[in-house]
Amino acid sequence: MTATTIETQPQPAGAGSPLLEVDSLALQLPVDGEYRPILRGVSFTLAAGEALGLVGESGSGKSMTVRAIDRILPPRARLEGTIRFDGQTVADLSGAALKKYRGEVAMVFQDPRAHINPVRRVGDFMTEVLRTNLGVKPKAAAERAVEMLARVGIPDGARRLDQYPHELSGGLLQRVMIASALLTEPRLLLADEPTTALDVTTQAEIMAILDDLRRDFQLAVLFITHDLDLASAVCNRTAVMYAGEIVEVRQSSLLHTDPLHPYTSALGAARPDISESAHRLQAIAGRPLSALEAPPDACAFAARCQHHEDVCDSSHPDLVAIDGGLTRCVRADDLRGRLGVSHD
Amino acid sequence: MTAMVTTTAAQESPRRRGLRSRLGVSGAIAATIVAIASLVAVIGPWIAPHDPTIANLSQAWLAPSADHLLGQDVQGRDVLSRLLAGARSSMLGPLLVVVVCMVLGSSLAVISAWRRGFTDSAISSGLDILFAFPAILLAALSAVVFSPGLWAAVAALSVAYTPYVARVLRGAMLRERNQPYIAALEVQGSGATSICIRHLLPNVMPLMVAQATILFGYAVLDLAVISYLGLGVQPPNPDWGVMISENQSGILQHYPMPALAAGACIVAVVVAMNLLGERLLERSNASGR
Repeated sequence: MTATTIETQPQPAGAGSPLLEVDSLALQLPVDGEYRPILRGVSFTLAAGEALGLVGESGSGKSMTVRAIDRILPPRARLEGTIRFDGQTVADLSGAALKKYRGEVAMVFQDPRAHINPVRRVGDFMTEVLRTNLGVKPKAAAERAVEMLARVGIPDGARRLDQYPHELSGGLLQRVMIASALLTEPRLLLADEPTTALDVTTQAEIMAILDDLRRDFQLAVLFITHDLDLASAVCNRTAVMYAGEIVEVRQSSLLHTDPLHPYTSALGAARPDISESAHRLQAIAGRPLSALEAPPDACAFAARCQHHEDVCDSSHPDLVAIDGGLTRCVRADDLRGRLGVSHD
Repeated sequence: MTAMVTTTAAQESPRRRGLRSRLGVSGAIAATIVAIASLVAVIGPWIAPHDPTIANLSQAWLAPSADHLLGQDVQGRDVLSRLLAGARSSMLGPLLVVVVCMVLGSSLAVISAWRRGFTDSAISSGLDILFAFPAILLAALSAVVFSPGLWAAVAALSVAYTPYVARVLRGAMLRERNQPYIAALEVQGSGATSICIRHLLPNVMPLMVAQATILFGYAVLDLAVISYLGLGVQPPNPDWGVMISENQSGILQHYPMPALAAGACIVAVVVAMNLLGERLLERSNASGR
């Protein structure tokens, strides 16, 4: 692999500087009156029309990263680092500029049922922002909602607008959510595990819809999931998170065959293989570390790593560029090419 | 969530069903009593058979007769007329208290629940301080500042009750505010005011209605107490609390009718209001979650 792999990723014309720049984001939340780290120096960029996967175990900080981008962190959260959208620093936005920003950054949530006011009709939910923020007339707003519903595969949109959320199935409701997110013509879509609550066939449909919409609208998509395969199927690049930091950024197609970080490699090995029946599924030894338990001057994954050496316990590794990707491992050079997935 | 609405029943709302099936027998009776009392509060002074303030000491403590259906009081005034005319201040006072308390209380609760963090702590501490003052103490203070009367009593009770309303509503709104759908609205770019008015308040409305009715019952009782103590409505103006105060000597002199009639009116309205509030609260709990 050459070092230029990432730069030659298909990027839309005119995309000079990235749409979204997240730079050394550190987040602390109060737990029992004491501030505990949740994110530790998360940095990545996302260009228009690009899809970036953000993969990690529960508690690794994926969702908090997204909440920080969308400025819906819990009260008393302490945030360092900068997030820039289209050149503007997100933390400085307020009032009308913040509303405009939120119109340009749409979000799709994991559980659509919890994220829609249950006592209002689907139509009220979908057109609310159009009517209240953008001053679109109710009738025109409803027409746009019906059009957008058709785009996500709901042909009888007019009827759906009069229904209540509990009358719709989970898959339908997630389509409604996606359609609603796209009504304000966003440029960035944050998808926080959009298919986790759905069954597998519906999951495939939703992913296909998201992928189509990304191409049609030149959307930048930040796709959060704990499913490595799903991420590599739809994303150009995938970032792997562990204990509140990014440990690897890699072109998705190379994530399985040539991972750079031992954690990614171990995740790949833990995947069940459909072609052979395993006697026992492989697991990563130990338990996932949360960001607050992670040692400040050692590798957070060291205790569970098969390639662990003394040097791993004495220094905190930086994210370094190697073979066209980024990895946070002091032994990256030694392990080069040795981490490809092999089922044994 | 909306257990009341069945899968096909979005159109046929429970509104169509009768009062009794929605509130139960006791709730229906309570609602009727409240309705009658409210009606009397509006038209009472006009349907009173006699002038409620003209005294005739030669007819004091006279027993009920065809002309005076509930007898005459300590100053010989017609008891029925005084009850009918007194309904106005006895019902209007609590209504004002409830309106002021609900507006103040829900505003504080919305601000607390929305801002959370420091604002919430500051408002909650302020309410804790107000909690320390008993209603009667505030009423005495208010009577000194504003001079005794209905307005002084209403002002005192409004201040005394607002912390209760604010605290209960804050809890409910905080729970609602932390629901994911509120975050989803924020992310879409809905403004804080818009979310509060269009989503937060409507979704706690059943609780607010129940709170208001229960509060009304308490206010009737406390205003009567304040009037009885001479800090509220002043004689000779008719008021149920004033009537008990004026005629309490009759209870010991074997003329209990005037005081008891006013007492019975207060009890009926208070019990009915509380029952109605409880029923509404049950309904909001059943349909809320």
